[in-house]
Amino acid sequence: MKFVLGTEQRDFARVLGRMLGAADTPAAVRAWARGDHGPGLAVWERVARAGVFGLAVPEAFGGAGPLPAEVAVAFTELGRYAVPGPAVETVAVTALLARLAAEGRTVLAQAWLPRVCEGGALVTAALPGAPGGSPYALDADVCDAVFVVPAGTDDLFLAAGHGPVQPSLDPARWLAIPRCGAEPVASGRAVREAARHAADWAAFAAAAQLLGVGSALLERTVAYVRQRRQFGTPVGAFQAVKHRLADTRVGLEFAGPLVHGAAVALSAGAPGAAAEVAAAKAAASDAAYAAARAALQLHGAIGYTAEHDLSLWLGKARALRSAWGSPAGCRARTLDIFRE
Amino acid sequence: MDLDFTPGEEAFRAEARAWLAAHVPRTPLPSLETREGFAGHRAWERTLHAGRWSAVSWPPAYGGRGRSFLEWLVFEEEYWAAGAPARVSQNGIGLLAPTLFEHGTEEQRARILPAMASGETVWAQAWSEPGAGSDLASLRSVAVPAAGGWRLSGQKAWSSRAAFADRAFGLFRSHPPAPGRPHEGLTYAMFGLDAPGVTVRPVARLDGRPAFAEIFLDEVFVPERDVVGAPGDGWRVAMSTAGSERGLALRSPGRYVAAARRLVALWRAAADPGDTALRDRVADAVVRARAYQLYGYGCASAAGGPRGAEPSLTKLFWSELDLALHETALDLLGPYGELAAAADDAPAHGAWAEGWVFALAGPLYAGTNEIQRDIVAERLLGLPRGRRPAAGPPGGADTPPAVRERPA
Repeated sequence: MKFVLGTEQRDFARVLGRMLGAADTPAAVRAWARGDHGPGLAVWERVARAGVFGLAVPEAFGGAGPLPAEVAVAFTELGRYAVPGPAVETVAVTALLARLAAEGRTVLAQAWLPRVCEGGALVTAALPGAPGGSPYALDADVCDAVFVVPAGTDDLFLAAGHGPVQPSLDPARWLAIPRCGAEPVASGRAVREAARHAADWAAFAAAAQLLGVGSALLERTVAYVRQRRQFGTPVGAFQAVKHRLADTRVGLEFAGPLVHGAAVALSAGAPGAAAEVAAAKAAASDAAYAAARAALQLHGAIGYTAEHDLSLWLGKARALRSAWGSPAGCRARTLDIFRE
Repeated sequence: MDLDFTPGEEAFRAEARAWLAAHVPRTPLPSLETREGFAGHRAWERTLHAGRWSAVSWPPAYGGRGRSFLEWLVFEEEYWAAGAPARVSQNGIGLLAPTLFEHGTEEQRARILPAMASGETVWAQAWSEPGAGSDLASLRSVAVPAAGGWRLSGQKAWSSRAAFADRAFGLFRSHPPAPGRPHEGLTYAMFGLDAPGVTVRPVARLDGRPAFAEIFLDEVFVPERDVVGAPGDGWRVAMSTAGSERGLALRSPGRYVAAARRLVALWRAAADPGDTALRDRVADAVVRARAYQLYGYGCASAAGGPRGAEPSLTKLFWSELDLALHETALDLLGPYGELAAAADDAPAHGAWAEGWVFALAGPLYAGTNEIQRDIVAERLLGLPRGRRPAAGPPGGADTPPAVRERPA
């Protein structure tokens, strides 16, 4: 057993983190929220160049995957730096097309995956029939392709357009209901299976992203309460403040192994992978949202302003909690974890 | 990254499972917290030891099997899954033994560990005092130099299992502390609970059972060989014990995995499937038990259990999980949820009720959860020291605060 990240994986996280830390992602997030995608796409290009979008893609289609542990590492960093855009949805699309390719349907994979891996095509997905799926596609207005499997069908469509673009509680997320074309690009049981598989990978990537979001919220708040003074002392010296942050740390500490456990399950293609992913998503959602609440409370009114960068992570923690599997939906799938 | 066991580890698991299936008592033993139950549990320790299962990670010379940390986790999973009895020797095997491996002498290990492994000597912990609970370093019991050793005097409180145990390990003031440095000048000593000058007064816990005791010491002689570590350096030794108590050693993940599995079975058998609020709580127990199990595997893959201040994270996690899990079980049981463990009709032979009473103490012992949160905030997050102006918190040595991450 080696249930710990290897040196290369830790280096990958470090390199990615350093790159994103230097990329002024808060400005990119704010621009993305205004509909100015330029700065965000510049970050996106660097993320693609680091190989992040090829991590769920087999080598035959230009990727390096499937490498779920690396997905966990990368998406934790994307969450830590609040990178905007349909990153989780890209994982969903790549997992979907790779699974179809594994069933012998390679046309879509050949057409799209190499471009997605190198950042040449931006894709998103709506999988309302899959567990945790949503009728909305994230950032459909920015993407080159929107992949849709309508609820109750075995059909995969490339959307011909989309309905009105609507704001999310995360100002950097924009949601739209895709309009399916007349003819599906793939059909049959394999499509439904692939959609389910894609939703698992998306929930997994979202869980990893939530870990990063929660860690960023905790780090920023620790830094803030160390320097913010009231009653002549840093507010971080007060026990009520300390205890809230300690609980936040415990939540994140124990969500991490679940995300890595889900990575191992996905890597092995184990039948129990969906339950492991659901456990990771439930725990990471809770931990990140608790971190968001603690962060807001301990920043006080300044944290409630749109101007303060904390808002970038607060909204994301809330939005990702709902995306790709609600807390209750995830919990319902975890009861079989210890069944022998 | 993987979660694979080697053939050797799988064989070890199978061997443990087979032995436990053949030896675990068919009907549960009477409560550990009664005289009769204590004797029954001691007999069980003898059986375990005869099969060389009582301390699998110890070197064979002391009665162990020289097994790895991961194999110990595996054994614990099998042990609790088999419904085996609570470990009456836990404070010895889980707390004193790791301390002796780290701070004891070879003579002490050779003399103490075999009798501990066999259940012949059952150990209790004698730390708290009426005036020194969370603020442990303010303790007043003393160790006074005497020819060939020390004389212990004072009063210890809340000593789990001391009502029926044989020996105890405790902390005593042996040297006057410098102002503002109360952690210095303490001595870690072991003594017999039947030694001249010792009076043990059992104390009933919430359910009336004598689960702990007060210990009165009146010039109790302790030879030099029964001091662990250097005289006056007891705080450092005690923090090693506390690390075991808060980390994985005392409350291993396998215990919660087994309990969560039983909770799911209870839910399937007894719950209204439409009660999604209860289902969510059952699922939470599963998720958290799995998280703790995986956390343990992570420790095994790194270099062993949590270190430094990290056991405080673990302690917060398992103590709250234990309580939530048993509260959920009692809620699931409807009107049967109020039956005490001793009731004829108590579901699962009273295991849920007994487990709940036991879990209630979790946030209190091993340093209250408030103390653990202070330690996490100050030593892992680097927040300013609050309780005590000069010296360290009663949970750890003085180390400069720094934001630390677990090794990934």
